Amino acid sequence: MPLSNTELDAIYLTLALASVTTVILLLLGTPLAWWLSRRSGSKVAMIEALVAVPLILPPTVLGFYLLILFAPTSGLGQFWYWLTGSQLAFSFSALVIGSVIYSLPFVVQPLQAAFQRIPPGMLQAAATLGATPGDQFRSVVMPLSRRSFVIAGSLGFAHTVGEFGVVLMIGGNIPGETQVLSIALYDSVESLQFAQAHRLAGGLVVFSLALLFCIYRVERHSAWRLRT
Amino acid sequence: MSGLSLDIDYRVQPDFALQLACELPAQGITAVYGASGSGKTTLLDCIAGLRRPESGSSIHYRGEAWQQHNVFIPPWQRATGYVFQDARLFPHLSVKGNLDYAQHRAQGKSSANLQQVTELLELQPLLSRNSATLSAGQQQRVAIARALLNAPRLLLLDEPLANLDHAAAQQCLAYLQRLENELQLPMLYVSHDIEEVSQLADHLILLDQGHLVGQGSLLELCTRLDTRLSHEEQAAAIAQCTITRHDAEFGLTELDLEGQPLLVSHLSQAPGQARRVRIPARDVSVCRARPTDSSILNILPVTLTEIEQTSNARLLLRLSLGSQHLLARITRKSAHQLQLQVGDRLFAQVKSAALLMEATDHV
Repeated sequence: MPLSNTELDAIYLTLALASVTTVILLLLGTPLAWWLSRRSGSKVAMIEALVAVPLILPPTVLGFYLLILFAPTSGLGQFWYWLTGSQLAFSFSALVIGSVIYSLPFVVQPLQAAFQRIPPGMLQAAATLGATPGDQFRSVVMPLSRRSFVIAGSLGFAHTVGEFGVVLMIGGNIPGETQVLSIALYDSVESLQFAQAHRLAGGLVVFSLALLFCIYRVERHSAWRLRT
Repeated sequence: MSGLSLDIDYRVQPDFALQLACELPAQGITAVYGASGSGKTTLLDCIAGLRRPESGSSIHYRGEAWQQHNVFIPPWQRATGYVFQDARLFPHLSVKGNLDYAQHRAQGKSSANLQQVTELLELQPLLSRNSATLSAGQQQRVAIARALLNAPRLLLLDEPLANLDHAAAQQCLAYLQRLENELQLPMLYVSHDIEEVSQLADHLILLDQGHLVGQGSLLELCTRLDTRLSHEEQAAAIAQCTITRHDAEFGLTELDLEGQPLLVSHLSQAPGQARRVRIPARDVSVCRARPTDSSILNILPVTLTEIEQTSNARLLLRLSLGSQHLLARITRKSAHQLQLQVGDRLFAQVKSAALLMEATDHV
């Protein structure tokens, strides 16, 4: 049986959301992880706790606060309306913001760990060879943590695909706009369309397994392993 | 052109500070010598810009301010080559990749090109190797090559031979001497091994607990009784000699030391060449009259210039021979029996086997 339009929309939307989120996460998470890896102290611990809190908080809690933050009556909601002319709540943009916050630890933590494993002496050697800090990051830090970038990106992507609670709270269930796969599955089950539910659920299981398999293969076969 | 002038005040912990001011020549090899914990590496780090001394410190190299008042030139703009004790090759790059990394970032024209350096350090067979699979000696040679290809104006070496076995260390020493001869690159060489230092250095600074305790030419410093150098177990005098002739029959070479003959095992160099010899204090003894039936060949007429008691049982003698000096370590009892006095004219017996030659012999 071919996939229905609603299902195709949900698949497309999910992939788009996960892709946009992953790109933003890598752009935001890399400098944040670098900053965290080079410093210590209570300020750093505070920020680490903030980054990690989505790991243990029920997604509905996060979703609830974001819903209030995104409401048309809130400061952010009004600013967004003034900026773009459209509402923030129940929009794709709201899903992206929610997903970025929700998946942040999955990107920041592996990167931070990788950056911390890079011996400071390597960067000193690069500096004495004429590499500026930016050059040191590009030519030493990034290649030495390539594996962790792959893992961080994959985990951020996969975790966004698997998101449910936050999306339900802030995105609602608008087909083609905010109805991602996990919500479409929930919908199918609610309306007792079990054949459709099986397809969606089975597809997600296969996708997740395949992605994790790839991550673990990268880990095994990386040409260079950090010696600690 | 002035050399490297330093006025450094650097505090790491409350219990350690590096405080020194000195002027070093910007030519030849200057050894930084001291026990571990004396601040040798910290000094190199300050010169390279990897550590920032307190404000008020200043570092000038050939008239250029690397640090002064508000000026602090970052390490990537100083063009100092740094060979670390642990090589620090980039593990994600091959040997060639490591060398290219340095060459691409060179800030001037390197006095050494890739071909010359790979030849000098015998790196050709290693170029495609993964740098993490090299032996310690190979890694150190690659690290030296990498630093050279970056066109440094000053080469800093932090105990580059500390992790090598004796044979590899001797080989590396020989490379460094060739480098100095062929590239005319000033070097600052940190070491706690006096034999290494005496083979390489022209100039010496002595550090103790973060302070400068001596500075000068190697020949002069190593026989001064007021420095730590002459009090060590391996204390030795370094003497400048000239090769006079070869004795093929007995396999010996005769050197001229201040007009006196000195026999050493056969050397390959031609007569007329200058050589430095190292004469350990423990291998020198003295007598009042020239012995005529001794197995020791080298007997030099000297004048006793200084006596220092180093322990309850032993004394250290400084003996002058022309403008140069020897050290002799003898027992207090012998000195008492011979009634030694400063100014006495004596004969120093030097075991010829004790003469250590420079590493160029191995090249």
